[in-house]
Amino acid sequence: MNPSRTLATAARVLRQLRHDPRTVALLLLVPVVMTGLLRYVYDGSPGTFDRIGASLLGIFPLITMFLVTSIATLRERTSGTLERLLALPLGKADLIGGYALAFGLLALVQSALTTGVALWALGLDTAGSPWLLMLVALLDALLGTALGLFVSAFAASEFQAVQFMPAVIFPQLLLCGLLVPRDRMPRALEALSDALPMSYAVDGMNQVVRHTDLTAGFVRDALVVAGCALLVLALGAATLRRRTA
Amino acid sequence: MEARDLTVVRGGRTVLRSLTFSVEPGRITGLLGPSGCGKSTLMRALVGTQAGVTGALTVLGRPAGHPELRARVGYVTQAPSVYDDLTVRQNLHYFAAVLRPGARHRAARAEAVERAVADVDLASHADALAGNLSGGQRSRVSLAVALLGTPELLVLDEPTVGLDPVLRRDLWELFHRIAADRGATLLVSSHVMDEAERCDRLLLMRAGEILADDTPEALRRSTGRPTVEAAFLHLVDRAAPTAAAGTHEDRQEQKGRPRP
Repeated sequence: MNPSRTLATAARVLRQLRHDPRTVALLLLVPVVMTGLLRYVYDGSPGTFDRIGASLLGIFPLITMFLVTSIATLRERTSGTLERLLALPLGKADLIGGYALAFGLLALVQSALTTGVALWALGLDTAGSPWLLMLVALLDALLGTALGLFVSAFAASEFQAVQFMPAVIFPQLLLCGLLVPRDRMPRALEALSDALPMSYAVDGMNQVVRHTDLTAGFVRDALVVAGCALLVLALGAATLRRRTA
Repeated sequence: MEARDLTVVRGGRTVLRSLTFSVEPGRITGLLGPSGCGKSTLMRALVGTQAGVTGALTVLGRPAGHPELRARVGYVTQAPSVYDDLTVRQNLHYFAAVLRPGARHRAARAEAVERAVADVDLASHADALAGNLSGGQRSRVSLAVALLGTPELLVLDEPTVGLDPVLRRDLWELFHRIAADRGATLLVSSHVMDEAERCDRLLLMRAGEILADDTPEALRRSTGRPTVEAAFLHLVDRAAPTAAAGTHEDRQEQKGRPRP
């Protein structure tokens, strides 16, 4: 791994995004608008908005970065640029690190915007620090980037790649405690949700909503999400082969 | 560059059958043969992106695909492999940064980029998005990327396909200049036989086998035919009984882009 090559790759990915302002606008504005919509859906019960709103702050970056990365990597594979890069002195870690860095930066802007609007314009009430919310959002974005990179290896077309979104993300969305608290789900589903990383992202967000200080639960949740992101990134690296049939 | 008993099996099919040949340094060698005869597979084996390779394949004194070769070998795939959502210059700057990373080489990189742009005659389009260029222009961007690192070996897969005659002539002049001035070795594939006359040496391929390995002039002389195309047809007819077995497989060779 070479830091200059990683940075050059991140800069290249961001430059590509700069030529696509509509994607950037959608990435940044849709979560804000959805959080606003949610605020008025739960107009009568601000407590519910606090819980679900905070959870969504963790879920948005995961979903958007998953989609963006899976399509971007698929394009890299199908356009032949990946084969070209792997025939050049570029480490796989440089490529993956570059993507993670670029999309992580984008996720940082996205979550700062969404968290800011949720806290100060929509009255989301959290006991803990907004910085901790953003930390979890950033880790979620990395997890989304990692998952997107990984599944793109199994998609032969954009059609297949977008279908991986419901296949990979929806089960986690249903089981992460957003709809029904995890401890009130049937035993089997609760065990399953224990194995899915988004559950920890949502738990971490809710720790910040309820507790003023940094809890052990929050640290554990953040570490689990970060660990999953790294694990899946490593799996994603294994799908990049220099020699192919 | 030297191959001994080089065989490539792809998806259970033998695409290259125990090839033995060598390519002279500092010259332009043309790799000619009909579509699907294994030219691209041979090139991918040389640059080390092809799986399922057996036999010995030495490139610039190293086994093909050796990490040290990645900076010394330039490779241009048949379909242009550049980022459509970057400008020509941005594409080149990125690949240059991969080849020579670090702030220390910034000036050298900028120079290499401008030279590559000029080499492929795209100075007037240097700030246009690659996706907005014509097919021929995009393939020249792809070629410019391969010229960036002043490679010792250039492997070019059908670089002139779809270009107009003037551009084709200019590119061949560029290839000769690169071989003469930089002492680089070029391996250029084509399925258009009239390009053969521009090469120093030819490898004629058919159905995963090498039919001939000679200079264009010697080929014409040995077969008693006026053009390389006629010489090729003569060789095919002569080899017909053995080559016929391979024809069916040959047609099935997947032409799509490999997915790394």
